[in-house]
Order: sequence, then C-alpha cells, then structure tokens
Amino acid sequence: MAEKILMKGNEALAEAAIMAGCRHYFGYPITPQTEVAAYMSRRMPKIGGCFLQAESEIAAINMVIGAAAAGKRAMTSSSSPGISLKSEGISYMAGCDLPALIVNVQRGGPGLGGIQPSQSDYFQATRGGGHGDYHLLVLAPSSVQEMADLVFKGFDLAEKYRMPCMLLADGTMGQMMEPVELTERTGDPAPKPWALTGTEGKRRPNIINSLALEPAELEKWNEERFQRYDIVREKEQMSESYRMEDAEICVVAFGIAARVAQNAIDAAREKGIKAGMIRPITLWPFPEKALKAAAEQCKSFISVELNMGQMIEDVRLAIECKRPVSLCCRTGGMIPSPDEVLAAIERAAEGGK
Amino acid sequence: MSTTQVLIAGFGGQGILFAGKFLAYAGLLQGRNVSWLPSYGPEMRGGTANCSVILSDAQVGSPIVGHPDILIAMNLPSLDKYENEAPAGASIFVDSSLVNRKVRRTDVNAYYIPATQISNDQGYQTLANMILMGHVIAKTGVIPQDMIAPAMKKVVSARHADLLDKNIEAVRLGIDYKEE
Repeated sequence: MAEKILMKGNEALAEAAIMAGCRHYFGYPITPQTEVAAYMSRRMPKIGGCFLQAESEIAAINMVIGAAAAGKRAMTSSSSPGISLKSEGISYMAGCDLPALIVNVQRGGPGLGGIQPSQSDYFQATRGGGHGDYHLLVLAPSSVQEMADLVFKGFDLAEKYRMPCMLLADGTMGQMMEPVELTERTGDPAPKPWALTGTEGKRRPNIINSLALEPAELEKWNEERFQRYDIVREKEQMSESYRMEDAEICVVAFGIAARVAQNAIDAAREKGIKAGMIRPITLWPFPEKALKAAAEQCKSFISVELNMGQMIEDVRLAIECKRPVSLCCRTGGMIPSPDEVLAAIERAAEGGK
Repeated sequence: MSTTQVLIAGFGGQGILFAGKFLAYAGLLQGRNVSWLPSYGPEMRGGTANCSVILSDAQVGSPIVGHPDILIAMNLPSLDKYENEAPAGASIFVDSSLVNRKVRRTDVNAYYIPATQISNDQGYQTLANMILMGHVIAKTGVIPQDMIAPAMKKVVSARHADLLDKNIEAVRLGIDYKEE
C-alpha cells in the first residue's frame, strides 16, 4: 500500500494519468484547473512524456486527436468556457472513434461566467457537447481519491469502447486537498489494431476519419456506434448508494453536491426522516437501473445540483416519472449548504415540493 | 466519533492556506479523515482568503466549513464575516495586533493573541499564522502536540528546509503564550 498523502484534486488526477501511462498532455490554462497543466509541465519532461501548452484550446484538442490516432494515451484538461472551445474537436473524436481523456473542472457559466465551482455543464457533457449524434463516457468524482481512481477507469473505458471519456469535476474537487493513495497500476489498456502506427509495408493502411459524404454510409457508422453505446448503457452504469436500505426519500447528487447532501441526509436521519442518496458516478451512462429500483421503494426524489436543474431530467426519465422529483439547487458558483438540502428533504418528507 | 471544523481567514499572504495544510497533515498523520479547501481566485492576491479544514473520525461529507468549531480570524473583515456563523461553544481566535475589537458573542470561547506583533518582535516577518496555530493547539487540543514536528516536516518543502525549525518555534511561541 502506498502512503496516503495530501493532494489537490487537480494534482491527483494529473499524477494518476501519468501512472495510467499517459505521456501526452495538451492544454491551455484556465482557472480552476491550471494545477493540472502546472503539474504536467513539471513531471512530463522528467519521464520522457510530452507536455505542450498549445496556442489555444482548439489547438490543444486537435493535438489530442493526433496523439490518440497514433494509439497513445492522451489527455487534455480545461474548465467550462475552454471545453466549449474544445467541443468541435471532441465531436470529431467521437466521429473518429478515438479514445482520450478530457477533464472539465467546471466553473459557473454561461459565457465567461465566473471561476467558482459549478455543475452547469451537465447537459453539455452528457448530451455530447459538440454537433452530431454521439455520447461521451462521463465520470463524476466526488473525492480527491476518486479524481485519481476515475482517471484509470476513464482511460480503460475509453479504449475499450473507442470513445472519448470526460472526467466531469468542479472547482471544489480540483482545488480541495484530501488524503489520496496512489498505487501504481497498469490499468487495462485495450489493443489498438486501428491505430496509425505505420504499416512497415506489412498491412493495409489504417484510416481514421469522420467524413462520410454518402448518407447511407454515415447512417451505418452512426448506427454501429449506437450499438456500442447500448452495450455501454447495459454494462457500465456506476453509482454509490448511501443509507438507502430503508430510504423513503432518495436524494440524487454527484460530485461536490453529493458531499453536501451526505451531511443533510445524516441530519435528516437524526430527525427520524428516512432519507438516502444515490450518487451517480457515471453520468453517461446514467445509472438508470439503480434509480429505477429506488423508485419501487422511495416516495419521492430530490435532485441536488449546482445548476438550474439539468440532471433532474435524467432522474425523471430513469424513474419514468413514477414518483415526484423536486429540485434543490444553487448556481453561478454558489454551493447549496447542508441546511438548504435538509430543508428540501423536510419538505419532501411532508409531501410537498 | 468526533469532527472538528476549522475556518482560518485573513488577508492573502498571511499564510492562511499553509496553516490549514499543516493542520490537515497533522490530522492525516494521526490516521484521521481530513479535508482542506481553499478559497481561490482574485482574493488570494491581496484580498481576503480563507481555508476550510475538517478533521474527523468519520468520513468527511461537505468539505465546506460554514459553521466553524474553531475560527481563526487574522483580520477584522474575517471576524466580522464569520463570528456569527460559529455555533455556540465554538472557539474564536483573534490576532489582536490586527483586529481592534473584541468578539461580541458571549456563547463562544474567545482568545486573543498579538501574533503579528510577536512575530515581528522575534524578527520573523510572516510566522503569525503558526504562532496563532500554536495558541489554537494549546487551548483546544485540536491536534496532539507530538504531531507538530512530523506535520511540519510534511508541509515545509525541501527548498525551504531552513524554515522548518522557525515554523516549529513559532508554534511553540503560540503554545507558551499567556493571555492577560
């Protein structure tokens, strides 16, 4: 067992990426994720890796495309406005079936917004973000340890399904320090027979491309991609249950919101209210199975989010609107207090919204 | 199962985040669960800065300290802002060389130490944070005193190894300080 050390979430994820074999990082600075780039700039040159601060976010994501096409574990990181700039490239990666890790340490939006923590890129992350029919794998850490652990998971899943994976964090997760144990592990890199590694005259050239002018061909590509997405939806949903055994009120929250909600649930339990939580770890695929099962048991649901109500739509869809779902939210960089979440739980317990 | 929520607040440059990291490491070395959350952004560059530290025997939920059991106020705006957020029975520590008023609450324990003055008198420019931390340790026992040196070794970088003893000495000054 490695020694537990205190690390910022941004630094823990960067070190985890290096441990997972990532040697190609391309980025452009933006608060509150700049520590990722700073960490990579220190470490990569020492281990024969590549740290490159690009001239723009758009350049950075296109460099990721190149490294991923060559079969390398590549990543970039940014925060909300920067991810919008990268969305074109992310769509191209989805169209090319390229695996890579994209980290979004979210801040308040829209527009230039603010620099404080937010979860308001939920729609952008889970619906694709760029143009076209596609999804990303979306992982939502709620501790510094998970910031690291989900990097390994993210690279592995991305390669297994040939999809870009987004680690959707927020300013709190990036900036906070917690004890983290970083254990060297190889992960589970998938073989990449499709990669552009040079034929050496021994095989036909591989082609990586997202252009298909023949509509029937493009339709076929998209349908094949969605068959893969069906497998991901079936096999890769991840969530964690907290005090759900006898829960009548189910809080649904991810990331920092789940940490706050945990305090509120403990306080509600002390008042005799049977509250519990399902914390999605994969936001896409959304943990529909866990939510659907909870709908059999719980009277109502509360979606706790740092936005104006985005995940709440997926909660309603997952439980097929069988139970009322209320919203407890703050936005713009504000974070709900445990007291605010407790008040929402108490309202739900009284049958109100 | 006990949990202590600490909020350290003051100006940027006073070593707020460093003091918090020291405290968090002391907790970690004891095998406790800890979290450290800084304010980030423009306030770090000369405005108000604060740092939430939680030490707990249980899993830490929210890392944000809204109602501190221990409040360390290193300037007046911080005392004004957070005094009323502390729960009854909390301990409030004030750098009395920078804050020219007393704690108004009567249901909390208030402690005053002219940490900046002591720091300057000793010829240290920037160790008021650790002097205050020493006083906090003496009055609350938030961490055991045998954790001071090992935690300091974790947070003083190799590059500044010469400051290790000075920081430990500053904590000691805070521990030994007797309020009038």
